[in-house]
Amino acid sequence: MKPFEQIVTEHGPAILRVCRAALGPHDADDAWSETFLAALRAYPDLRPGSNIEAWLVTIAKRKAIDQYRARARYPVPVPEPPEAPAPPHDQPGSAETELWEALQELPDKQREAVAYHYLAGLPYAQVAEILGNSEAAARRAAADGIKKFRAIYKGEPDEHH
Amino acid sequence: MNTTEDHGADMIEQLFYDDSAAQERLHDRLVAAADAEGILDVAYRSIDTPVGPLLLAATDQGLVRVAYAGEDHDSVLTTLAQSISPRVLNAPARLDAAAREIDEYFTGRRVSFDMPLDLRLSRGFRREVLAQLLGIGYGKTATYAWVAAAAGSPKAVRAAGSACAANPIPVVIPCHRVVRSDGTIGRYAGGSEIKKALLALEASA
Repeated sequence: MKPFEQIVTEHGPAILRVCRAALGPHDADDAWSETFLAALRAYPDLRPGSNIEAWLVTIAKRKAIDQYRARARYPVPVPEPPEAPAPPHDQPGSAETELWEALQELPDKQREAVAYHYLAGLPYAQVAEILGNSEAAARRAAADGIKKFRAIYKGEPDEHH
Repeated sequence: MNTTEDHGADMIEQLFYDDSAAQERLHDRLVAAADAEGILDVAYRSIDTPVGPLLLAATDQGLVRVAYAGEDHDSVLTTLAQSISPRVLNAPARLDAAAREIDEYFTGRRVSFDMPLDLRLSRGFRREVLAQLLGIGYGKTATYAWVAAAAGSPKAVRAAGSACAANPIPVVIPCHRVVRSDGTIGRYAGGSEIKKALLALEASA
């Protein structure tokens, strides 16, 4: 089994993208932290040969839902902690922030399919397993999601309506 | 390829920006949370010394491993993950005290170490040898034959040599103070040049 540090180095950036896709750049930190803490807890019992990325994405999905519910319950804007200023590309109005916000507007299945396949690099078979649908459905959801993502970001009307 | 998807892929690519500041911040947060929860089983850091970079690793019991660069730090960490726990994190703060003491040793300001040690990587006779090594004072040397006898097996001179070579906590457990009966320096995990350097440091202080 690899040292957990190596898991953080190898998968940290992808899981942060998944969390940002689910929650936007500002609430993603908490979901990432909860994901890796839960993963560290369970890591010694992980079956050898498991797909680590798929395992982490599954945890991140659950943590993002928890985070989303907590945010819905306490819809107070969280002030930026002074010791951790947001890097420039996370500033409101930056191109990246706008992209993350555009992703937020996708239907859940589409957003997740886009995040897991394109942002985490999981093959569709694994995306389907996490989404609980078929590989074809996962592929379709990702394709529709990319189309819609582009339409939202470019401010184009959704062609399906 | 369909052009709509190409455009989407462009936008996706923009989300792959390097964000090492966030990774660093989140890593620190993870280490602090893991430590608070008691699931940081092996903490490690690397320090620079006059004999090259040293890897330091500690459990909640104390310093468990010191490794010279020649040992390949990545493979040392992999071995620790297998033999102790895979919950291994780069957590420099947990090793601040050990790093300070070792730094003081290399600058001639420290002749003995106070940090707690975790000897779990050595068993049986090898562990007995380590216990004897801790009794050889700064600037002194002993022979492998003496170590074997002190560990209770006067005939096990070769085994005493192997135990010294397998010392998981060199520098702090002073296997460098064990030399051959003919006066030559003998082998050393970090290489005989480093062994010479440590003996010279202790002789000059």
